[in-house]
Amino acid sequence: MSDRIDAAFAGGPAFVPYLAAGDPTYEASLEYVEALDRGGADVIELGLPFSEPIAEGPTIQEAVVRALEGGMTPERFFAFVEDLEVEAPLVCMTYYNLIYQFGEEQGPRPFVERAAEAGLEGFVVPNLPAEEADPLRDACDEFGLDLIFIVAPTTRGERLERMRERVSGYVYVQARLGTTGAREDVSDHTNASLERLADWDVPKAVGFGIKTGDHAERIVASGADGVIVGSALVDIVAEGHENDEPTAETAARLEAKARELAEGAARGANPENVPQPEQP
Amino acid sequence: MTELETSDDGTERTPSARENETEHEGDDRSLEDGTFGRFGGQYVPEALMPALEELEDAYQRYVLANEDGFMDEFRRRLRDFGGRPTPLQRADRLSERYGRDVYLKREDLVHGGAHKLNNALGQVLLAKYMGKERIIAETGAGQHGTATAMAAAHLDMPCEIYMGRTDVNRQRPNVFRMRINGAEVNPVDAGRGTLKEAISETMRDWSQTVENTHYVIGSVVGPHPFPAMVRDFQSVISEEAREQCLEQIGSLPDSVLACAGGGSNTIGAFHHFTADESVSLYAVEAGGSSLEVDEDAGVAPNSATLSTGTEGVLHGARTHLLQDSHGQIMESHSVSAGLDYAGVGPELAHLVESGRVTPVTVDDDAALEAFHRLSTEEGIIPALETAHAFGFLHEAAGRDDADEVLGDSVVVTVSGRGDKDLETVIEETEKRGLEAAPDLSVFASEGGLR
Ligand SMILES: Cc1ncc(COP(=O)(O)O)c(C=O)c1O
Repeated sequence: MSDRIDAAFAGGPAFVPYLAAGDPTYEASLEYVEALDRGGADVIELGLPFSEPIAEGPTIQEAVVRALEGGMTPERFFAFVEDLEVEAPLVCMTYYNLIYQFGEEQGPRPFVERAAEAGLEGFVVPNLPAEEADPLRDACDEFGLDLIFIVAPTTRGERLERMRERVSGYVYVQARLGTTGAREDVSDHTNASLERLADWDVPKAVGFGIKTGDHAERIVASGADGVIVGSALVDIVAEGHENDEPTAETAARLEAKARELAEGAARGANPENVPQPEQP
Repeated sequence: MTELETSDDGTERTPSARENETEHEGDDRSLEDGTFGRFGGQYVPEALMPALEELEDAYQRYVLANEDGFMDEFRRRLRDFGGRPTPLQRADRLSERYGRDVYLKREDLVHGGAHKLNNALGQVLLAKYMGKERIIAETGAGQHGTATAMAAAHLDMPCEIYMGRTDVNRQRPNVFRMRINGAEVNPVDAGRGTLKEAISETMRDWSQTVENTHYVIGSVVGPHPFPAMVRDFQSVISEEAREQCLEQIGSLPDSVLACAGGGSNTIGAFHHFTADESVSLYAVEAGGSSLEVDEDAGVAPNSATLSTGTEGVLHGARTHLLQDSHGQIMESHSVSAGLDYAGVGPELAHLVESGRVTPVTVDDDAALEAFHRLSTEEGIIPALETAHAFGFLHEAAGRDDADEVLGDSVVVTVSGRGDKDLETVIEETEKRGLEAAPDLSVFASEGGLR
């Protein structure tokens, strides 16, 4: 298991941002991820783009297309991880086919070995349910990486137990049904999901639809150990790309958004001690 | 009671085949863990897993155990609404041309004009038994969308269909038919706008709506239990064909030919023959314009997944795929929208790997030639998908080893009729100057049939 992920959650509520690596270009994307790190990311989920991202909504789908068009491949992804200068531990978010196809021998082991060498700490694989996950779990154990599972609002009973037996690092609590995408509200499903996981001994990070510092605050106040934010950040990258904004400007906006979210999360844990963020 | 029953005919079958017949569980373990050899499984977002569990439970109870008389109602509706059984027709002029008996299993005569209704009716009815309130589906050629829209209207369920933008443009008659039957048609702009993108989009819809919605997947693809369940609904084709052969010819055929996109027509046509080792089974794939691939562009100019694909995970299952060396899925190509898919059913991948089914390819030109041959010589306008199977018949019958490959009696499934394809055929025929085609220039010069 990754000590660095444990440590990231040990120091209070974690802010876990997501970006697709290589969106819209390799160079710009490096700066964007580093901006999130400066803005207070505790763990960073880096998307390795797959051509059929069935769990993603339009925002991340488009990011994946931009990254693929920019030439992102699994090998370049590992180089990207090695080029990054960040404090936060990195988790790879991708689909199973890319993990399975990597390297000469069939199966997930070569991918996990290479990921460990590049300095990644774990994986989130949205199309790999616990039932199909043992080969990847074994490879993760061999190389000391975490395997994070997504718990959906509909997950119950035996399926929950199967995940609990196999999860490490943290558990990704999906706040509502559907694909990723920033929404205005935070679902009631969250509380019920957190209750179901109350006695799990891994941190619970809630994601899907979190967009503002206030959302983050409410999610943490209702018992989450962390918040995962993707589409709201990818939106900033997309805007910057569409408006031909200088990379540094987009990066600065990402850093500010990260700070807002990280501070919101902190406020949720400890409402009195944390100053209100500045209003834009 | 598992399958559409097989008649007790006393024909030679292997001992292991006999076992397979008595117990559904003998069927490649598909009920125990949802796999066919190495293929199959359930590689889907967590939000869909409970829906798959619920569906598996419904499949076991209603389809396999006929709870509440589900299968009786399905058979009755297949007969009264669907027009089954379909004939097994001897094709006289093709028989003469190829010097062997050619029989046509006429799925083009099923209501809606394709085998797709067998599955769509089964699934919409199942959704009804499960208490679902809404139907969604994806479609490539539009045949599955049309069949689903018809079944949904027939059974009074609201229905939405996702269809790639390219396919919307090349299969307009089916888009109209879906709308006329009251279904919403949602064009999908992602990627190249074909079936692969439509499936991804339907899965996205489903992951938000699983609580009240059933996804009627259009082929023997996707996560367990879809491949097994769709096979069971489609296996009525080979159940009937096998009985009809014994009745009409007095023996089993020597070979069965069926076109393969996702593979539902293929598996449907083969299922009740898989135990008959004397019957050769050919899955005819779209060779497109070439079997070469352009890795850099991420494009395969064909849809020959079984013949040229490699193992991987797509749309919920481990199966054969058109993918690049990194594992990114490639855009496929075929002149026929219904074959234009980068994946294939996991059971078919397994049957090919175990040597029971032989995959072959037919390119766009040969399929178009075959389309015209069947139309002018037999008075049957086949779907472009179907035309691929006839393209292989033509090619194989001209080979030195034709007798070995095809034998004396051949069954070809006419998976669907070609009304939907006329615009495409006229355009593509004009481009190529095909020998077998009648003069279509008058239509082409007037801009097709618009
Ligand atoms: C007439 C016809 N035949 C064949 C196919 C191929 O699909 P499958 O391989 O699932 O039968 C289609 C698909 O739309 C079709 O419309």
